[in-house]
Amino acid sequence: MTNAENQAFFDAAREGRFMIGRCKACKELHYYPRAVCPFCGGPTELVAAKGSGKIYSYSVMRRVEKPYAIAYVTLDEGVTVLTNLVDCDPDSIRIDQPVRVVFKDGIPMFTPA
Amino acid sequence: MKACIAGIYEHPTRKAPDKSVAQLHAEVMNGALADAGLAKQDIDGYFCAGDAPGLGPLSMVDYLGLRVRHVDSTETGGSSYIVHVAHAAAAIRAGYCNVALITLAGRPRSEGSSGTQPRNYGANAPDAAFEAPYGPATVNMYAMVAMRHMHEFGTTSEQLAWIKVAASHHAQHNPNAMLREVVSVKDVVESPMIADPLHRLDCCVVSDGGGALIVTRPEIAKSLKRPVVAVRGTGQAIKGQNGGHVDLTWSGSYWSGRDAFAEAGVKPADIQYVSIYDSFTITVLIQLEDLGFCPKGAGGRFVADGNLISGSGRLPFNTDGGGLCNNHPGNRGGMTKVIEAVRQLRGEAHPAVQVKNCALALANGTGGQLGSRHGSATVILERA
Repeated sequence: MTNAENQAFFDAAREGRFMIGRCKACKELHYYPRAVCPFCGGPTELVAAKGSGKIYSYSVMRRVEKPYAIAYVTLDEGVTVLTNLVDCDPDSIRIDQPVRVVFKDGIPMFTPA
Repeated sequence: MKACIAGIYEHPTRKAPDKSVAQLHAEVMNGALADAGLAKQDIDGYFCAGDAPGLGPLSMVDYLGLRVRHVDSTETGGSSYIVHVAHAAAAIRAGYCNVALITLAGRPRSEGSSGTQPRNYGANAPDAAFEAPYGPATVNMYAMVAMRHMHEFGTTSEQLAWIKVAASHHAQHNPNAMLREVVSVKDVVESPMIADPLHRLDCCVVSDGGGALIVTRPEIAKSLKRPVVAVRGTGQAIKGQNGGHVDLTWSGSYWSGRDAFAEAGVKPADIQYVSIYDSFTITVLIQLEDLGFCPKGAGGRFVADGNLISGSGRLPFNTDGGGLCNNHPGNRGGMTKVIEAVRQLRGEAHPAVQVKNCALALANGTGGQLGSRHGSATVILERA
């Protein structure tokens, strides 16, 4: 699923950096990162996020072999990202809970801060 | 009056291991033609979406043996067929066709589909690399909508359960419905948790089946023996993540509903019956709010205490039992929403759920994932 447009994001993630998109023209941040700004159509670049934020919403998938928590996390920078919540008790997860990025096999995920 | 729905057909099958998807499309075509009193040769426009096997209308027009001068394969998931009604009405007004056939069919039950499976729209989907690793299925992407709505507005599982309870009250009268047993709020909230906060009974059924519509110009509709149901207003919209400014508390139905009401020149209080896509209970609540039947955030109180039950509630909905109890052919609910609205306007719903003197109805659909990106479409129909 990686391609010429998104490869740099996953290369950075493998090195432990969580990147978000920023437009070189309008300066707006966006997620998921893409080559053309979704707001103004300008050219974009990847910038490193601090990697901290809070849970916007989540759901624990129960009826599968290995239950897992999907979530939207709103980063301190203001954009909201789809992710998993890991290394925590699923029953302890709450909206607005502070979380920080961790990397699992080169994929950014989040865990309680 | 710009166009009318002259033919409807809902396939009675709920499990079709011995049929092909194309065959189901052909059977619903024949059903809608018979309902309208038209012949296959009368069809000069064909509409299908992503459920159509092969290369969309190319495969299907050839398979069905049609000779058409207008085709449309707009794909917005389960809302596609309501968009097709809008496009068919526009095409008829423009003179591109006179008799438009819209078909839907699918066999997800025979093929083992489940809402807990991760959804895959192809490796080239621009979001795929950023989302597929996290296991976005259907149910958990809608569950996050419910979780956020509960957080912001205090909506409860018991309030959501009332949506299923109302659907089950209607489904008991539908001999074709998959689930005909009347359930209680307690039954819903005590059913197994699938993806917090959605329980098994918050989820629609998985069924095989299909449906078809025939949209035609008013002169033709009036020449047929069926009650005339006119398309009064339509709207369509796509809503997504807005570049990372995610707001799960409202859907594109806010936009599609606003456009449909404006075109029809009516307001929510005028509507006597609604068909609302019910992939999950939360889907219904969000749409009712966005369409203006109650203020944003008040949906939980609006749907509670049987207010969606025909005959006793203030806004009868999904009187066929909907996706929650009746069927969900192809995992796409927009088609059956239009069909039941037409039945209500014709006075052909089951007598136990028929809305008295139903003259104005609304059908609304969403498609894709309410939790990430989805289509919304609204149609307002009137008995002419």
